[in-house]
Amino acid sequence: MSTERADPGAYDYSQRSARLPAAVNQSNRDLPISIESRLELYELQQVLRQFEQRAYDLFMQNLVKGTSHLSLGMEAVAAGFGLAKRPDDYSFATYRGHAHTIAAGVPLGPVMAELLGRENGLLKGKGGSMHLTSVDHGMMGSYAIIGAHLCIANGAAWSAQLRGTDQVAIAFFGDGTTNIGAFHEALNLAVIWKLPVVFVCENNLYMEYTPIDVVSAVPNPAADRGPAYGLEGILVDGNDADAVFHVASRALAKARAGDGPSLIEAVTYRHGGHSRADPGKYRPADEVEAWLDRDPIPMYHRRLLELGVPEGDLATIQQSVAGRVEEATEYAKNGLHPGPEHLFTDVWADGGSAWRN
Amino acid sequence: MAELSYREAVAHGIAQEMRRDPQLVMLGEDIASAGGVFKTTVGLLDEFGPGRVRDTPISEQAILGAAMGAAMTGIPVIAEIMFSDFLAVCWDIVANQMAKSRYMTGGQVNIPVVIRTANGGGSRFGAQHSQSVENWCMMIPGLKVVAPSTPADVVGLMAAAVRDPDPVVFFEHKSLLATKAEVPDGEIVEQLGEARLVREGSDCTIAALALMVPRALEAADRLAGDGIAAEIIDVRSLVPLDTQALLSSVAKTGRFYTVEENPRLCGWGAELASIVADEGFWNLDGPVVRITTPHIPLPSAEALEDMSLPTADRIYETVRKTMD
Ligand SMILES: Cc1ncc(C[n+]2csc(CCOP(=O)(O)OP(=O)(O)O)c2C)c(N)n1
Ligand SMILES: [Mg+2]
Repeated sequence: MSTERADPGAYDYSQRSARLPAAVNQSNRDLPISIESRLELYELQQVLRQFEQRAYDLFMQNLVKGTSHLSLGMEAVAAGFGLAKRPDDYSFATYRGHAHTIAAGVPLGPVMAELLGRENGLLKGKGGSMHLTSVDHGMMGSYAIIGAHLCIANGAAWSAQLRGTDQVAIAFFGDGTTNIGAFHEALNLAVIWKLPVVFVCENNLYMEYTPIDVVSAVPNPAADRGPAYGLEGILVDGNDADAVFHVASRALAKARAGDGPSLIEAVTYRHGGHSRADPGKYRPADEVEAWLDRDPIPMYHRRLLELGVPEGDLATIQQSVAGRVEEATEYAKNGLHPGPEHLFTDVWADGGSAWRN
Repeated sequence: MAELSYREAVAHGIAQEMRRDPQLVMLGEDIASAGGVFKTTVGLLDEFGPGRVRDTPISEQAILGAAMGAAMTGIPVIAEIMFSDFLAVCWDIVANQMAKSRYMTGGQVNIPVVIRTANGGGSRFGAQHSQSVENWCMMIPGLKVVAPSTPADVVGLMAAAVRDPDPVVFFEHKSLLATKAEVPDGEIVEQLGEARLVREGSDCTIAALALMVPRALEAADRLAGDGIAAEIIDVRSLVPLDTQALLSSVAKTGRFYTVEENPRLCGWGAELASIVADEGFWNLDGPVVRITTPHIPLPSAEALEDMSLPTADRIYETVRKTMD
């Protein structure tokens, strides 16, 4: 396999066929990342975890309707990129986009309110869980049809190039997405136009209910395809926030310097099912258990203790995050259900929806 | 005044807008060095350079995705899809992404994209390179749709489409490319959502679009010989739709015809017929009649294609018969 692996979080491919997690690469503790940054990574992972656990509880109380796709267990990817990116960079996510939205700096209250379909939601209740967007935070959308947003992220990167800014566009997508044509169109265009874009495959080993290795021609669905487009095939431990942060920083710097796109495959696992409707029963119990043992958050907690951070500091962070999630929940529950006046707004840029005189 | 072909008018209209707005860019297959497979973009690379006029791979999703991403981050874009039939391979970006993103995000994004595409039959290209697909676009909330019939309208509607902050699908008719007409000097800007009354008449209203406009006009000449004064309306813009122009004409004539190049089912004329039936019913003196291509894939042989698309003969005969 010609795929090169990034050193941080180097993924031990020999374990892949069993779909089991690689052991933590303890040398990631020695990556040149400051304690301040690490505390931010910890806090961000806590926010993502506690927010989505609350979102899950609210589904159970039937306060969140429709569907919703959680990334519990995958927080290290969003946190690593969230911290590595600049506030004016662009993010593009999938329907599994709560974490990337929050990691872009979007306040929790409006996100939670959007999940509850309220007027004070991020999208005024018109998009829902699968379409979270906050242009003010460079969060350029969550896209629920596989593939399109990789092509759209190219456009944002092209625009940054045309405007002469050094912004970078980041597109997050799943392992299953590597088998749709848009993925391949996007990579090819990004390379020939040398676009400042970073493609991040969150390989959680499943496309919906089907194991990705059963439906892909190569073992590493993104990284192994990189070389076909002249890109390095970068694999990283998606459950290690330090490793992700490190690899993300490198790719962002490369794009910002005008050296073109990167393709990163972060191997991770979702703790729950694909979506609200899915109990995830198709996954063997020992596999789930092995990945729960590799939960990114307790691992990171242990690492910070090893690095000398007092337990009390981490407890304080956890508690303050719990307070923020509580506030967001109240904000959302107190939101009104949108009234009919919202139905006919914002089809067009003039704010309306008229199609005739 | 200069005489321009419809084909030249496309490049003329784009150039007018690219001179006005230095941010405007365009992309598509073979549009730059080659000047377009229909030669509708000749000269643009020379004038505006490779940074603003970009050739792309055969990647329709990547083309329209890039257009959308650039547009939503502040760069207006004209994207070319070589044949409108190919919209089917990037339909997700058109129908699900560009059309809906503004609404779904609570109004956070604008998508100032013009999708130019060669549409329509008459070139003997067969069922995958000849379709009239305006109705595919018309039925999607969030898309604007125009289809000019004259060189002057190509320029004026191109300007309107480019200046519009929403996604506009701009249909250039392949069988009109060689037609020539006077185009006024200076800047030309039309309005989206305005039909044009191209021939006045008091006996019946005929609404037509793109290639069907000259055919309806030819039929009107012959009808005049029989004492029937047909009023011809070039619909020009399907979304937004100038229903007032249609309804006020029907109020005068009492009869309503559509001439549509699309296959029968769900053609744009069905929507117009429904509006006239709802809101102009008491002005009607007879049934609304739609003249369309039959509901078949377009055949390629000259003889067969000519039997399929509405012709001046068919329009003339249909109106004659139904006005009796
Ligand atoms: C074009 C398209 N086909 C199918 C689907 C249905 N679908 C939704 S999510 C999904 C699985 C995607 O898997 P992956 O890319 O690995 O992302 P993950 O859900 O694991 O994050 C499928 C098949 C879709 N949304 N869009
Ligand atoms: Mg997956």
